[in-house]
Amino acid sequence: MSASAAVAVHSLWTTAAEPAAADRIGAPAIEYAQLAPTLIVVGAAVVGVLLEAFVPRRARYHAQVFLTVVALAAAFAAVVALAAGGHATTKAGIVAMGAIAVDGPALFLQGTILLTSLVAVFTFAERRLDPAHHGHRVDSFAAEAAAVPGSEQEKAAVKAGFTTTEVFPLVLFAVGGMLVFPAANDLLTLFIALEVFSLPLYLLCAVARRKRLMSQEAAVKYFLLGAFSSAFLLFGVALMYGYAGSVSYARIADVVDGSVSDITPALAQTMGNDVLLLIGFAMVLMGLLFKVGAVPFHMWTPDVYQGAPTPVTGFMAAATKVAAFGAMLRLLYVVLPGLRWDWRPVMWGVAIVTMLAGAIVAITQTDIKRLLAYSSIAHAGFILAGVIAATPDGVSSVLFYLGAYSFVTVGAFAVVTLVRDAGGEATHLSKWAGLGRRSPLVAAVFAVFLLAFAGIPLTSGFSGKFAVFKAAAEGGAGALVVIGVISSAIAAFFYIRVIVLMFFSEPKPEGPTVAVPSPLTMTTIAVGVAVTLALGVAPQYFLDLAGQASVFVR
Amino acid sequence: MSFPLLTVTAALPAAGAILTAAVPAARRTTAKWLALLVSLGTLVLAALVAVRFEPGGERYQLTESHAWIADFGVRYELGVDGIGVALIALTALLIPFIVLAGWHDADPYETQTKRWRPTQGFFALILMVEAMVILSFAATDVFLFYILFEAMLIPMYFLIGGFGDRAHTGTDENAAAQRSYAAVKFLLYNLVGGLIMLAAVIGLYVVAGNFSLTEIAAARASGELEMATDTERLLFLGFFFAFAVKAPLWPLHTWLPNAMGEATAPVAVLITAVVDKVGTFAMLRFCLQLFPEASKWATPAIIVLALISIVYGALLAVGQRDIKRLVAYASISHFGFIIMGIFAMTSQGQSGATLYMVNHGISTAALMLVAGFLITRRGSRLIADYGGVQKVAPVLAGTFLVGGLATLSLPGLAPFVSEFLVLVGTFARYPVAGIVATSGIVLAALYTLVLYQRTMTGPVKEEVRAMPDLKARELVVVAPLIALLLVLGVYPKPLTEIVDPAVRHTMSDVQQKDPRPEVEAAK
Repeated sequence: MSASAAVAVHSLWTTAAEPAAADRIGAPAIEYAQLAPTLIVVGAAVVGVLLEAFVPRRARYHAQVFLTVVALAAAFAAVVALAAGGHATTKAGIVAMGAIAVDGPALFLQGTILLTSLVAVFTFAERRLDPAHHGHRVDSFAAEAAAVPGSEQEKAAVKAGFTTTEVFPLVLFAVGGMLVFPAANDLLTLFIALEVFSLPLYLLCAVARRKRLMSQEAAVKYFLLGAFSSAFLLFGVALMYGYAGSVSYARIADVVDGSVSDITPALAQTMGNDVLLLIGFAMVLMGLLFKVGAVPFHMWTPDVYQGAPTPVTGFMAAATKVAAFGAMLRLLYVVLPGLRWDWRPVMWGVAIVTMLAGAIVAITQTDIKRLLAYSSIAHAGFILAGVIAATPDGVSSVLFYLGAYSFVTVGAFAVVTLVRDAGGEATHLSKWAGLGRRSPLVAAVFAVFLLAFAGIPLTSGFSGKFAVFKAAAEGGAGALVVIGVISSAIAAFFYIRVIVLMFFSEPKPEGPTVAVPSPLTMTTIAVGVAVTLALGVAPQYFLDLAGQASVFVR
Repeated sequence: MSFPLLTVTAALPAAGAILTAAVPAARRTTAKWLALLVSLGTLVLAALVAVRFEPGGERYQLTESHAWIADFGVRYELGVDGIGVALIALTALLIPFIVLAGWHDADPYETQTKRWRPTQGFFALILMVEAMVILSFAATDVFLFYILFEAMLIPMYFLIGGFGDRAHTGTDENAAAQRSYAAVKFLLYNLVGGLIMLAAVIGLYVVAGNFSLTEIAAARASGELEMATDTERLLFLGFFFAFAVKAPLWPLHTWLPNAMGEATAPVAVLITAVVDKVGTFAMLRFCLQLFPEASKWATPAIIVLALISIVYGALLAVGQRDIKRLVAYASISHFGFIIMGIFAMTSQGQSGATLYMVNHGISTAALMLVAGFLITRRGSRLIADYGGVQKVAPVLAGTFLVGGLATLSLPGLAPFVSEFLVLVGTFARYPVAGIVATSGIVLAALYTLVLYQRTMTGPVKEEVRAMPDLKARELVVVAPLIALLLVLGVYPKPLTEIVDPAVRHTMSDVQQKDPRPEVEAAK
């Protein structure tokens, strides 16, 4: 290995450390207290794996559910304690040797992710919806994920009453990654966090109990496209390193605004070359846009949302979006504020296409999960409108929108798990006809969620939409607001179509039944409705919270 | 702090709605009585509002102001001027009749499951609409108004789509399809209007920095808040579009005949007599106050559209075969008069328009509710299915005639006063428009009298022969409305006293003076 290459590699590992310690690798300084939320969740995930190995099969479900819920609640408590201790505002700082930022947006998003996950995990643990198999209560997950669908092995696993309790540690790992993702303060941490939360999600998509082939197909699609986008992101990271000689956000930002003059010798040829920056940044952004499901990187969304077990879909739709938008905000606002005029036109285009395409394509959908998938694409477009505002108001409005949206999403997918027929969940829209006649309460609750998606006043969807549109208008993106309003009108059409089906169509005699869930799913739905209405009628407290949390540390 | 009378007036029906919805499935009658009592209680409160309101006092009275969403610059601000008082009174007055007229409209079918509680839902939704409408007449915060303007679509939508007229031709499924088509059309038209208004609301915030109607209007009047001409015009158009859909103004009117045709008669009254008034009211309150220059700029176009509404609505009413659609097109014609009165920018025109809103509410309610009783008896909405009713059910026919005569603005009945004022006010500034609009009156006579002639006179049709006359409940609904039409037709002073000062304020907002009469000017 040549000397210069060695220096380059060496400098890669030491840029974030104290300059005096550059010649030796000391023990890293880790601020355990500030990292507590992530550490609790990942620690619990490791314990969960051990439980899977050592606890007898019949006790595993209870142990895992208990562990997961306690870990998520404890992590949320840690986030609240950190925020109360001023780490969101005055004491915000960079920890873990420059790898992770603990500041307002990070803590707000971590809190949102943890609460959403906590509520979503209840639907994972639901065991009353499917009829019992061979005397064993079953949840939404395959008896033995490794068994080939339809094989003898699978039948044996079902008969033995196996359940895939591994989903709980998987969720915890995914949440761990999501917690780091919006807090990542260098590109490598960003990439690692992305992989840490993506890989468990790929797996979770594949383990549906019913319609297993579809579920596996969804997982393969998600994995292939996800791997592809990860590769883009990684390539982008490499190019950005070539540009700045560092992967740290702060350092890249310094190079972008020209306040750095010392050039890393090994990168003398490339450092400061804007072409590298623009291409690299575009690729990183591509990776993130893939995760939020923005057009034209949205192709995976409908298939994966449809194929994945519905509890997973709800969790993924809500939490992934929060984490990915958080990461995008940090990247755009911390690394590239000086380049606003380079990324803004592109993001304008993406936002416009995303809003319109999501809304228009959703009209033709006949499956409720696919419909919600396209709706989530349209919502990604609305959130992008807030991201583009590039003002503190823009940040706070996006934070608020993400919080509001994630609870509506989790709640809506929880309702989808309830409507079932002999083949499992009845997701085809025609089967929802007349639901309002047979189960007025369930239909009314779902209508509330749909109205929130449509952004009707007095629901959280309206508050959020108003916040991002206001921020966009103030940020000079009036045209974006008009297009947003138009696509809202288009989107309203298909939400209303579902309401029409539920309330104004006669029920079909062989239609699906609404399963009576355990208190677990009821809690999920109740929390979803409560948050939806609370944020619609009295959003001030949460807007304040988001407003206080809208300053990034650099 | 003074007693929050306006909030309570709106909160009572809202609370009543929740209670009514919670009544157990088997206790249907309890729900009905509860709804009726709540609507009567609201009427008492509304009367209190009217009594406490001093016509000569401050412009906005009974004001309330509370912090709500500081981040959006939104406050919970209420206050009424004379126009608001008149319309709140109209709303509170009509709802008990609507409840009473719809007493049996939402009784469950035999086949329906036990958990489905249509009756409770029907009355709860009506009360919910009442609460939102009252609050929207009292809102002096643009954002608060917008929220109510949009939110009231949802209960209306369920009222139209969920509780159709049981008198329909064709199969049940066919009727259900038509009904949900009407409901969706209603919602989409209004939602699109509302969303365009949302863009304008956000734009207004960006320009003005808050949502308080009084503050913005004061800043506009004193010249502190300058708006570029283009900005003002765009914002005006955003607001006006939403109100024109709601009102409805030609060519955005097509949802109304569908909605009124498919809904039950009381709900049709709710749409046209109560909810649509929010649109015309908002033109007076928001368009003129917030965007006076743009309003003047747009006046010629709006007058033309209003004229088209008047003539086109009346012509189509003449050609209708369905009684309820006929009333719907007549309403479109009348809304043309109201909008013309507002934008004629004369005090007679605007006073007339405000009176017109109230009188149209009462007269349409009388005509439509009696038509509803008629339709329920025969099970058909088609004019051709009737004939000679006056020989079988004279009281029904008589009340129908009075409602019809009120609709064609017969002197002596309330609508005459307002229509006359609107025409005079318009003529003073736009003589040609005034003359053309008069043709609307002629056509009104045509469609009303032809309707009466075809359904009530002539030989008694076989199917009509056994038709019972109005029952006690139905008389209780119709008699007070007719009495009111007569009283306000002869003695409209109580109403004009409340309305006139408010109109003077609005006129000064748009910096308009009444044109001097020709004779005087010639001197």
